[in-house]
This record gives sequence, C-alpha cells and structure tokens, in this order.
Amino acid sequence: MPAHRLPLSSYAWPKEGHCRIPYWVYWDPFVYEQEQAKIFRGPTWNYVGLEAELPNGGDFKTTFVGDTPVIVCRDHGGAINVLVNKCAHRGTTVCREPYGHARQFTCIYHQWCYDLKGNLVGVPFRSGVVESGRRVSGMPEDFKLEDHSMLKLKAEACNGVIFASFDQRMIPFRDYLGAKMFYYFERVFDGRELQFLGRTRQKMTCNWKLVFENIKDYHATLLHVFLVTFGLYRADQKSKVEIDDTGRHSVLVSRRGEPRPSEVTQEIGAFKSDYVLHDPSIITGRKEFKDEHTVVMQTVFPNLIIQQQTNTLALRQIVPLGPKEVELVWDFFGYRDDDAQMLDFRLKQSSLMGPAGLVTIDYAEAVEICQRGAEAKAQQCALLEMGGREVHDTDYMVTEAALRGFYRYYREIMGFE
Amino acid sequence: MDLKDLTFAAEQLLHAYTLTLDDGRYEEWPDFFTEDALYKVIARENFDRGLPLATMFCDGKGMMRDRVVAIREASIYAPAYLRHLVSSVRIAGQENESYRVESNYAVLSTRHNEETKVFNAGKYLDRIVFVNGAAKFKEKVVVYDTLQIPSLLVIPI
Repeated sequence: MPAHRLPLSSYAWPKEGHCRIPYWVYWDPFVYEQEQAKIFRGPTWNYVGLEAELPNGGDFKTTFVGDTPVIVCRDHGGAINVLVNKCAHRGTTVCREPYGHARQFTCIYHQWCYDLKGNLVGVPFRSGVVESGRRVSGMPEDFKLEDHSMLKLKAEACNGVIFASFDQRMIPFRDYLGAKMFYYFERVFDGRELQFLGRTRQKMTCNWKLVFENIKDYHATLLHVFLVTFGLYRADQKSKVEIDDTGRHSVLVSRRGEPRPSEVTQEIGAFKSDYVLHDPSIITGRKEFKDEHTVVMQTVFPNLIIQQQTNTLALRQIVPLGPKEVELVWDFFGYRDDDAQMLDFRLKQSSLMGPAGLVTIDYAEAVEICQRGAEAKAQQCALLEMGGREVHDTDYMVTEAALRGFYRYYREIMGFE
Repeated sequence: MDLKDLTFAAEQLLHAYTLTLDDGRYEEWPDFFTEDALYKVIARENFDRGLPLATMFCDGKGMMRDRVVAIREASIYAPAYLRHLVSSVRIAGQENESYRVESNYAVLSTRHNEETKVFNAGKYLDRIVFVNGAAKFKEKVVVYDTLQIPSLLVIPI
C-alpha cells in the first residue's frame, strides 16, 4: 500500500456511532476506492436492469456496477448474463453501444471475440500467419480460449428485475433482502410481466451515498413544495418506516392525504395553500395495489431505489462517477397488461419524477449543497438524532432511524472502527 | 402560403419562443401553444427506440401553466442564464392545416462567475398551425442528445 494511504482503521468514526456521519465519507478518494472493492465489488446485489428491456436472445445493454462497466445481455438459451465490459487481452471496452442486439461481442482493437455468455470464442492469428510459405507467430501452444473469458458476474433475475454480484457465493436475492423487505419488493414485482417505458438520466455533483440516503430521511415532507401542498406526502399522514435487520435496506410507506392546511403545514415553509393546479390530471391516479399505500420508496443496498408514487413506478439506479459525482438513472416501467388509461396515468405522473420532475425538481440542489458543505474542512460530522438515537421501525415518517441503520451497516461493511 | 413565407413564419415563431424563455418570461411560454397542444421533452435513447417516456410532458396548456407555477413557486435550483440557439429550420411536410417543422437547437448555460457550458442539444420536431393568422405550436417534441442532464432540467427547452 502506498505510504500516503492510511489504513482504514486510522479513519476514526465519531464516538457517537451511527448518530454521526464523518464528512470524509463524502469526498475521500481512498474511502471511495475501498467502497468500490468492499461494497460494489463485494457481497452485495446491484441492480443492472429490467428483463423487459432485453426480451430476445442477443439483446443487450451496457451499464455499471459501482464504477465498473458491464454488459447485461440475454443469451439464446434465455439466460441473463452480466459481464465486465473489458477485453481479456488489453482491457479495452468491448461493447461500446448503450443498448442493442448482437450475435457476439467483438473487440475492435484486435478482434478478440466473445459469445453472449462472455466466453472467448475467437482470437485472430491464434495459429499464426503464413508468410513465404511458412507458418509463423501465433499464440503459445498452451494458450486456451477458455482461460480468457470476460469476467462473469453472478446474475439473478428476480421477478423481472436483474441484479448482479461480483461475489460468486452470494446468497439468493430474496434472502439478501430478508422477509420484511422482500414483502415490499414483491408488492410491485409480483411476477407479472413488466413493460419498460423509458429512461432518464441526470448527473449530480455529489457523493453517491447522498443520493441513496436521501430516501431514508424526512426531507420530502419539508423540501418538496409540490408533494406537501397537494397532499401527496406529508408529515401528518398515515405512514411508517421499516428497516431490515442489518440496517442496509429500508422502506418509507405513506398514504396520500387531503390537500388542506393542518397543524403540521404551519411548520412547513413549503406549504402554499393558495397554490392550485390548472390541470389536476397530473396527480389523478387509480388504486392498483391491494393495500392503501400511495407512496412506497424502498432502498435496496447499495445502488437501487424502488419508487411508487401513486401510479408512477421507477427503479432509480445509482452509478458513482468518482467520490464527488454520481449519475442517477431512472428506469420507468409499468406492466405488460396495463390498460390504456393506466398507461396514460403512468406517463402523465412521470412528470412528477426524474430530472425535470415537479416533485424532484429541488432534489439535485439539496444533495449538491450537502456535498459542498461536506467538503468544507470545518466542523467534522453530520448529526442524525431526529426520532432518537436508535435504529428501529416506526409508524411515523419524521425520523432518521433508517439513515442511522444505513450508517451502522456502512461502518460494519467498510471496517471503520 | 409559399415555402418562403412559411419558413419565415416558422423562424419568427421559434425565435420569439426561445427569446421568451431566455428572458425568463415564463408566464408567456404557454401562449406559444394551442389550447390542446402537446409539449414533450424526450431523451433520444427513448425516442429512437419508440419508448414513450418523456422527461418533461405537458398535455395541454393547463399543464404548461402548472409547470410555470412550479418553476416560480415549487423549485429550488442554482440560478443560471440560459441561451437558446436555433438553426437549420426546415419545413418537413404538411398535414391538413398543420405544418411539420424541424430544427436543431442548443441551450447554453452560464452560472454566475462560471464559464458558459452547453447544457443541452438536440432537435425540435414541431407541428405549427395558424390561429387567426398567428403561428402557434400544436405539438412540440424536443428530442435531446444530451442524455445525462447536468443536475436538473427546470426551464422548458
């Protein structure tokens, strides 16, 4: 290890434990590098796409697990493969398209060729070339194609959602989530065929964790004027926070209320009682799940947020681009059997979400100023004591319990004393 | 209307439209559209594959007005000057009373004390009609190449 790198044990976590976040977790390049190894290339399931985007053998997309580029493709046996997008020869990016259909993947540099399972199937000049009637060069005799596949990740498609892991011994996705969290996953992904509706992307100038943990706190009840004013999500509504046993996954659940002032709205600067919609169809929806929840936001460690806001459904994939930058990819979907009205609801309500979403339109600014503040070298840690100091489920939303759970787990997986 | 007059009218409409946005006169933005107009900002990766999801979607002037109120009242974003450049305006066809007009655009963004950056680039696929002699957008589909939006898209393109 180069001398300028301190061992992780020398990064001292504040003595208050999971009620504090030391700001170096948001900018330190060595911490970032360790996160790539211990989290994204470690024992975790990472969201990489929807099966519905790859209906046929040969369909592929390219994306990332952490900051490692991968190809996600369906082979002709119907299986989904996730391959590190890097040629075994010289490390070049093999597949340079964002999506498409391929028979095989051929590196443009020296034309090493891989099948849809990532097996090396062809190396030009492998047995040499004939020059002046004589065979010269070629790969050594003991060179075997099968020793030089693309690196294959463990892949699991769970009810249409594809996850990948660098850890070949990874437990099934269902067990990774645990029963309490799998209940919410299965609520949306119940086995019905999904319909991929499209994708939006935004790049934010902040650490990836600020995007992930954003869904674990109570800012939405204060920051998002639109949600608060139209009663889509408010601190006085019937709601709950549930956290898995490890603390890494959590879910915020709420039921839409009336768009009227109450005791709580007096404390919320964002509430505007004279604000009415010219066209309320944007917040008009239809009940589609068996329960009464209208907002369910589930975080699946380390890179996924599953969003249900009325009828708009999306998977938000977090792609770290270095310690101080992140891409957020929003994959919107519905079900194959949606009727025309439901599809219309989904497409209209998607205006609430995404990089131009009426609700999330203030989201980037909040996480970017968090980042700016974290990088200032005065005052060393953030405070997480709303709702107490413990990590437990609540039947109200104004709490930082899920955030405390996340940092308790983060500290453990990273090995911070 | 001959092609020259039509091209001129389309250009005038596009220039007035982008200048209104660049000047920050958002309340006037819906007036460039017909009452039932469709306004859609869609990523090229969706458009090319026939995927319906739009990044910004307004079905009628009501939703456009709501978008304007949201910009004024419900958004928090870093202030920047925006500047649209429109080029290659072309009349692409006629359907009954409406004309299909295609053009290229780029939006430059300048935050205070920073250099100017290209915020977004793409093409406009418009359908223009004449209402009492005035050109209006009946449909405006903005297909953007800049798939990775820097921070946020608040102001319509």
